Amino acid sequence: MSVAYVRETPAEALPPPSTAVGAIGWLRANLFNGWFNTILTLVGFYLVYIIVVPFLEFAIFDAVWTGENREACIGPEVGACWPFVWAKFGQFMYGTYPDPQRWRVDLVAVMFIASMVPLAIPGVPYKRWNAIFFFAIFPVLAFILLVGGFLGLELVETARWGGLLVTIVVSYVGIVASLPLGVLLALGRRSKLPIIKTFSVVFIEFWRGVPLITVLFMSSVMLPLFLPDGVSFDKLLRALIGIALFSSAYMAEVIRGGLQAIPKGQYEAGQAVGLGYWQSMRLIILPQALKLVIPGIVNSFISLLKDTSLVLIIGIFDLLGIIQRNFTDANWATPVTSHTGYLFAGLIFWMLCFGMSRYSIFMERRLDTSRR
Amino acid sequence: MTNKFLPWLVAAALGVAATAAQADTLADVKAKGFLQCGANTGLLGFGSPDDKGEWKGFDVDFCRAIAVAIFNDPTKVKFTPLTAKERFTALQSGEVDVLVRNTTWTLSRDSQMGLIFAGVNYYDGQGFMVRKSLGISSALELSGASVCVQTGTTTELNLADYFRANGMQFNPVVFEKSDEVVQAYDAGRCDAFTTDASGLYAERLKLTNPADHMVLPEIISKEPLGPVVRQGDDKWLTIVKWTHYVMLNAEEAGVTSANVEQMKTSDNPDIKRMLGTEGTFGEPMGLTNDWGANVIAKVGNYGEVFDRNVGPETPLGISRGLNALWTKGGLQYGPPVR
Repeated sequence: MSVAYVRETPAEALPPPSTAVGAIGWLRANLFNGWFNTILTLVGFYLVYIIVVPFLEFAIFDAVWTGENREACIGPEVGACWPFVWAKFGQFMYGTYPDPQRWRVDLVAVMFIASMVPLAIPGVPYKRWNAIFFFAIFPVLAFILLVGGFLGLELVETARWGGLLVTIVVSYVGIVASLPLGVLLALGRRSKLPIIKTFSVVFIEFWRGVPLITVLFMSSVMLPLFLPDGVSFDKLLRALIGIALFSSAYMAEVIRGGLQAIPKGQYEAGQAVGLGYWQSMRLIILPQALKLVIPGIVNSFISLLKDTSLVLIIGIFDLLGIIQRNFTDANWATPVTSHTGYLFAGLIFWMLCFGMSRYSIFMERRLDTSRR
Repeated sequence: MTNKFLPWLVAAALGVAATAAQADTLADVKAKGFLQCGANTGLLGFGSPDDKGEWKGFDVDFCRAIAVAIFNDPTKVKFTPLTAKERFTALQSGEVDVLVRNTTWTLSRDSQMGLIFAGVNYYDGQGFMVRKSLGISSALELSGASVCVQTGTTTELNLADYFRANGMQFNPVVFEKSDEVVQAYDAGRCDAFTTDASGLYAERLKLTNPADHMVLPEIISKEPLGPVVRQGDDKWLTIVKWTHYVMLNAEEAGVTSANVEQMKTSDNPDIKRMLGTEGTFGEPMGLTNDWGANVIAKVGNYGEVFDRNVGPETPLGISRGLNALWTKGGLQYGPPVR
């Protein structure tokens, strides 16, 4: 018996239908996968269209790029008034820090970046010395350079500081002060010693219970009345202390969350190998706890950075404050001046916050050793 | 040992600016070598930073005038930008020596806060802005108009009172924020826009076509703005008050920053007393006799300061109105120097 026809080799596989591969396939799979997703996609495209197109028109295509004063930016269909930003750029960065002294701010900025970048990149050696410089020596050098008044440097009062300088100073102080304070407060709150525990609880609950605006107002409006006649603290210093204490209370709660997530066995293991309290905290508990709460910590940092804008209500001109103040310059008063200023402020803040957020994601992935 | 050094340590560490407790502001100011002036955080024409960050403006120039009266140097003044809420505390606590921050003179502020107003350097008041194409020249022609106004302010109440008192009808178009009011007016949602007159001129610059709009001459409320000092230091009050008056008198006598040197040789006894070439009017105040001449030379007379910062030649283009000299139909009147 013979078989009339037996195929001896398998047929060539047909290419997949053109609707399932390539650009069309990708579109179908990801954007037009069913009637519901198709509608969502179309609505999404429409939203992007109505937001992005006018934005680009305002910020780029209709924008004015050169000019000497408000005359350049007046007209019926004028977009962003960028010459306003160019003319005021020095102020936006330094406030009214005296021109001939601005190299001091530049030098501090260079030191800041030069010590922070190697610290942030894991592969660079000498981390310990770098950290000591960044957290201990740099603040002193920065203080000497920025304030002056000795070593032949002219005194520059903090009332003349402003712009990005103040934003960065306030956030740096807030961040650098709140992390160690927060760790101590978190440990204090979990301590078995009643006085330390009570103090930590009261401190945290007090500062969490009042809004930051109240803290700033108290420091700038009420505090001078309590002080003896004619004695006044530096206004920026008052705000810095207020913000540092405020943010350390929030930081403490974030870190306490991390501490509570560490299994009891870890604590007991520390004791079992004969480590004291501080040793086991430093070597076993905190490294794990802090790693767990990186998203929370960075969250606090980012919100702190944005909260620094609140200092403008007490007459300190951070980046946003100095931009707003320059809206009152009659030379630049136009219908688009304020929009341009806010756009510029938004861009700077976005760059800072986005940078911090990306770095935190990078650190999380790198430190996520236990789950890889 | 500790007692001797502790205050210095504290002062050095905290940047404490300690001044004597007794009320002799002039001596304090002279001792520290500069005037600490409470200023606005930014107000078009009255106090705002220029491209270099230098403070410019009507109120700023008044601070400089006081500094010149004391030190003969307009740079010996430091500005403390103060928000509306902070301003009185800053003055009461001694953080600033004088407050020149478009503050309205009212009875309660004079009587209940330990403060005292040293005069009125700018008469402000609520006014109306309309489109020129409307073809009206007086607020009394606004009957039946729709008026953009910020809600919850005295401005809104004044508006209602004014129309009722004059037997006119109007449609209020109210908004929460001043920016919204301006935008609505600019978009043509109402015929007129009302707020303080100096604010009207400032907001006009932010309209699409500023030249198409005009401010009507009527002022329907009283907002006298002036410098403020602490109570209990009459000598200091006198200096602040007379700095303003000497600038008014100079304008009245035609003395300007340009001609003040020639005017010193004038035969007019009024001018001679004002410029200190006759009599000793400065010394009893604790100043030099030629303080008036210095103020005029370094800052200018009242009219010059007005024209330079807010006058018709500036983008703001405010006319003198109530702030004209009494001889020209305004309210600015300087008592005689004698």
